[in-house]
Amino acid sequence: MFSTELAQTLLSGVLMGLIFSLVAVGLTLIWGIMDIVNFAHGDFLMSGMYISYWMYALWGIDPLLSLPVSGAFLFFLGMVAYRLVIRRILGAPMLIQIFATFGIMILMRYLAFYFFKPNYRSIQQTLLSGNIDLHGVYLSIPQLAAAAGAFLTTGAVYVLIHKTRVGGALQATAEDREAAALMGINTDRMFTLAWGIGAATAGIAGSLLSTFFYIFPEVGGIFGLIAFVAVTLGGFGNVAGAFVAGILIGVVEAMAGYLYDPALKTVFVYVLFLGVLFFRPQGLLGVE
Amino acid sequence: MKRRFANVSGMAMAVALTALLAMPAAAVDKVRIGAIYPLTGPAGSTGAELKDAITLAADIVNGKYDLDLPLARTQGLPNLKGAQVEVIFGDHQGKPDVGQAEAERMITTEKVVALMGAYHSSVTTTASIAAERHKVPFLNPESTDPKLTERGFRYFFRTTPFDDQFAENFFQFLNDVKKQKGAKISSVATVYENTNFGTGVNNAIRKNAAKYGYRLVADVAYAEKGTSAIAEVQKVKAAAPDVVMPASYTADAILYMKTFKDLNYAPQAILAMDAGYISDEFKKTLGKDGEYVLSREVWALDLAKKKPMIAKVNEIYKKRFGRDMNGNSARSFTGFLVLADAINRAGSTDPEKIREALEKYTLGGNMMIMPWDGVAFDPKTHQNTKGRGIIVQLVSGEWYTVWPFDLASRDVVWPMPAWGKR
Repeated sequence: MFSTELAQTLLSGVLMGLIFSLVAVGLTLIWGIMDIVNFAHGDFLMSGMYISYWMYALWGIDPLLSLPVSGAFLFFLGMVAYRLVIRRILGAPMLIQIFATFGIMILMRYLAFYFFKPNYRSIQQTLLSGNIDLHGVYLSIPQLAAAAGAFLTTGAVYVLIHKTRVGGALQATAEDREAAALMGINTDRMFTLAWGIGAATAGIAGSLLSTFFYIFPEVGGIFGLIAFVAVTLGGFGNVAGAFVAGILIGVVEAMAGYLYDPALKTVFVYVLFLGVLFFRPQGLLGVE
Repeated sequence: MKRRFANVSGMAMAVALTALLAMPAAAVDKVRIGAIYPLTGPAGSTGAELKDAITLAADIVNGKYDLDLPLARTQGLPNLKGAQVEVIFGDHQGKPDVGQAEAERMITTEKVVALMGAYHSSVTTTASIAAERHKVPFLNPESTDPKLTERGFRYFFRTTPFDDQFAENFFQFLNDVKKQKGAKISSVATVYENTNFGTGVNNAIRKNAAKYGYRLVADVAYAEKGTSAIAEVQKVKAAAPDVVMPASYTADAILYMKTFKDLNYAPQAILAMDAGYISDEFKKTLGKDGEYVLSREVWALDLAKKKPMIAKVNEIYKKRFGRDMNGNSARSFTGFLVLADAINRAGSTDPEKIREALEKYTLGGNMMIMPWDGVAFDPKTHQNTKGRGIIVQLVSGEWYTVWPFDLASRDVVWPMPAWGKR
């Protein structure tokens, strides 16, 4: 039963899952700290992909090198989005918050349509290309690198939140905004930072993804949805949970498709999702 | 003075009246054919190309051209005392209801003797219903929905090959490759998007695989625009088919090719059913990684290498309209000539006589710009039984016709090279 095909599917699922994890981490961070669902998250990812694409197409800069640029740019963009839009609706009803981030999503997506046209693009030659042969199991080097990058970035976010002073301040803000403010934490700055980091992870994920996935204006929708599932599955606001859930989704999708029916592979992901919601509504690693 | 003016105007009236009376008399000499196409709307640019192709075909019928095409060397329709043909164009905007209304109008108001159109399968469906009701022949040169000829219509005829025939061509091609290259091919697998297009293709391939003695070892349906194609490709790989036959739109076509490469999977050939694989973006986005893919097509300009007349016709077309012909305009062009030729053979403008002439109609493959064996309609379905597609291969960034072998402009690269050896 344990054939090379099975091993291949499992490993490829893990690699893809790591990317899902990274996309989900940024989303869960913003949710965890300020209870806002960012519908534009997938489109932050799309922006990261286009930054890497254009730097490659115009100046021949490899996605690995443009990765810091797209991380930095998205960090900035996330802060701007917070300052211009989100800050004004912090205390507003949830529906208004949803519409606001939804609006950012629509704006970004159609700006991409306007400037980049609805064409599919992809980066053909990267510094890392080819694949590794492990006794008939092939791991594509761009995907391996992307997975490693996703792992490192997620780890870095985890360390930042849980091991540093800034992370402590972020956590404190998440716990109780007013108490944190009374302790001398500039909560507004913390929120700005959370949006910056959240968007930056999406930008980095975009650059990593651009090495092996096609790029077009609506690509954010494909990954955005998976990220929502991962965030809920892992427990809202839980970075480690999003990480585990991302990998789980990648593996379940690949295995269900391989062992059962590819047309129904996402059904298994959503059954898992509903199952967790039903039996463990706080998420896999969430606390009640 | 006043009286004289009245006289003059009376004269003018009389002249105008005579002219008016003379016009219908002149029109009797013209055979009116209605052509319904999407001249505006999302497919407007395609509609314009088709209109140009039909206009050129009508000129070839009406004038004298030294071409091996029906009615080219004579002026007008010889069996109708050299009557000229006149095309009345109607615009259906890509809408089935508008197409049907146009067909009605053409028949009742414009008094056309036959209709042709309508590019979109959906519009062809409705417009041909109107023609059937009024008992006027309807010739369809470019819609490929298999259902169109399954309706048992008496007045509906289709010249273009349709999806079933294209699937059949795949296996004829494989048989030919086996003979020519000594390749061992016995199994195929499909991987297809799970809406109308993909499932239709899969059914056609399943049917024809059985007919031609090939095993269908896997048929993998997938939902459009997924995040990965790993599971699907693994399923195909596990079944180890000799040839993979995908039916995908652009995004998925790109994703699948990338996944084939990532998983180092190279069957003997990837033989695609048109759509995403043949799109410009597939070629541009994948560059080298898209090479050696095979796809079916209806027509290609490089057929001119073996059929010089294609170049001649294309030259006239290009000179006049500023662009090359393509698979769509070539099919409309051919459809019009067949219809005009059938009217000539009927020797009458009576729709019933034209229908009978179409049923008996045959044309040799040497008398057309298509890669077909000719035209002859199935007595029951009225589908052209002699149509066929061609198979093209992407080599060094260009698509080349590789099958039928007698029309090929390049030898087929078989099997496709392994990913590590490119």
